[in-house]
Amino acid sequence: MKILHCPINGPRPIDEFAFGGEQREMPDPQTCTDTEWANYVFHRSGAPCVKKEWWYHVPSGTWFVAERNTSTDVVERTYLWGEA
Amino acid sequence: MPYRLLRFALSKKHPEPAFFRQPEQLKPSYDAIIIGGGGHGLAAAYYLAKDHGITNVAVLERGYLGGGNTGRNTTIIRSNYLTPEGVAFYDASVKIWENLSQELDLNLFYSTRGHFTLAHTESAMRTMRWRAEVNKKMGVNSEVVGPDDVKQACPEIDLSCAGHAPILGALYHAPGSVARHDAVAWGYGRAASNLGVEIFQNTEVTGLDIQNGRIIGVQTNRGNIKTGKVLSAVAGFTPRITEMAGLCTPIVIHPLQACVTEPMKPWLNTILVSGSLHVYVSQSSRGELVMGASLDPYELHSTRSTLDFVEGLSGHILDMFPFLSGIKVVRQWAGMADMTPDFAPVMGKTPIDGFYLDAGWGTWGFKATPISGKTMAATLANDKPHDLIHAFRLSRFAELDLTGEKGAAAVGH
Repeated sequence: MKILHCPINGPRPIDEFAFGGEQREMPDPQTCTDTEWANYVFHRSGAPCVKKEWWYHVPSGTWFVAERNTSTDVVERTYLWGEA
Repeated sequence: MPYRLLRFALSKKHPEPAFFRQPEQLKPSYDAIIIGGGGHGLAAAYYLAKDHGITNVAVLERGYLGGGNTGRNTTIIRSNYLTPEGVAFYDASVKIWENLSQELDLNLFYSTRGHFTLAHTESAMRTMRWRAEVNKKMGVNSEVVGPDDVKQACPEIDLSCAGHAPILGALYHAPGSVARHDAVAWGYGRAASNLGVEIFQNTEVTGLDIQNGRIIGVQTNRGNIKTGKVLSAVAGFTPRITEMAGLCTPIVIHPLQACVTEPMKPWLNTILVSGSLHVYVSQSSRGELVMGASLDPYELHSTRSTLDFVEGLSGHILDMFPFLSGIKVVRQWAGMADMTPDFAPVMGKTPIDGFYLDAGWGTWGFKATPISGKTMAATLANDKPHDLIHAFRLSRFAELDLTGEKGAAAVGH
């Protein structure tokens, strides 16, 4: 069982977490072009590297950020949004 | 060891000719380069040579032939999709599959078993009716059947699924089949090689040469090659190739795991899929149960397999077939599935002239091997997307014109 470190609850089994996808900046929907918006909605940086991702600890309702290597599955660090 | 085998082991002469030529040197240039020596890439090479007379083609494979997702899927072939575009495309594939053993002169063990997609809820029944009606309109043999028909085709099944997910009915698709996946890659490879295509294993593409929005060559670990046309057919490696080209795609990689049991006497004649229990299962010609489940829940570029997967899958299989409790799982593995948001592939031209994509094959690529090869070959030869793949173009995302096939995915991934 893989263990993930929740910034609030400490090390917990991976089953308790939900993956929220890569953390990305949303362009302003009022001012951005259709292409920028479609890029934001659909396109992803797909190649493997260390990515900032949203993760959710389900039992405690905690959203946080994990920096994870998507090739080796090694989580480098986890922290609450804004604490980086 | 039988004497005959021993004699061949000691002899310098091999009794069977090699399946395909293995040229030692890359030529300085080719008319077309295909990245990826799996079923899709080799099929595209074969149809380029056969249908369009383009034989100065190299297939570059990073590992060994058919060692990627071609050799890692659960070999199910069907055309009971949800959108008319999808049904037309996969039905054209099934029609090629039916005579492919003869065409490639190789026994692909193509075996038509009938395919049940089990529904355990009213909402699943609604999707089955929807798919059946779209299929019938497109001339594809699918119908909604009741639990009794499932029981008749597979008397061993527990229709109540241990009491917590009773089967209400199923989508029955008579043409549903299985085939030997390795043979598909090898058959297409041999046929393409016989027509003049050169196949290079252990040859990794390390960069793409692009000038003024046009592809002019590829860089490999064995030197650079000039070419005006490049097809990327690399499944789970697609983001690495598109990154070399500076292209954005919606593709995200998730591992998809599968496993087989020890061999048994034949008892399961049909292919069974349950979306609610996240299971698909068929019995191979060797007697093993070939089983798969849903995607791993998060992005990962790796083919590691996990105990969580095999535990979860076993639980669900035992809900359907309690008598299997003593049967052992002997092998498990994973492939890297290149998932798209609408569960349809990404095929055709890209913003870079001469660079074509055959990607986004997620969990649904094996069945499309012949037709994707044929349509991508036509797209490369004419520099114009084949009519059957218009709905799968890369630009559909920017145009907000998706091709929603999630309802036809084997399990609710």
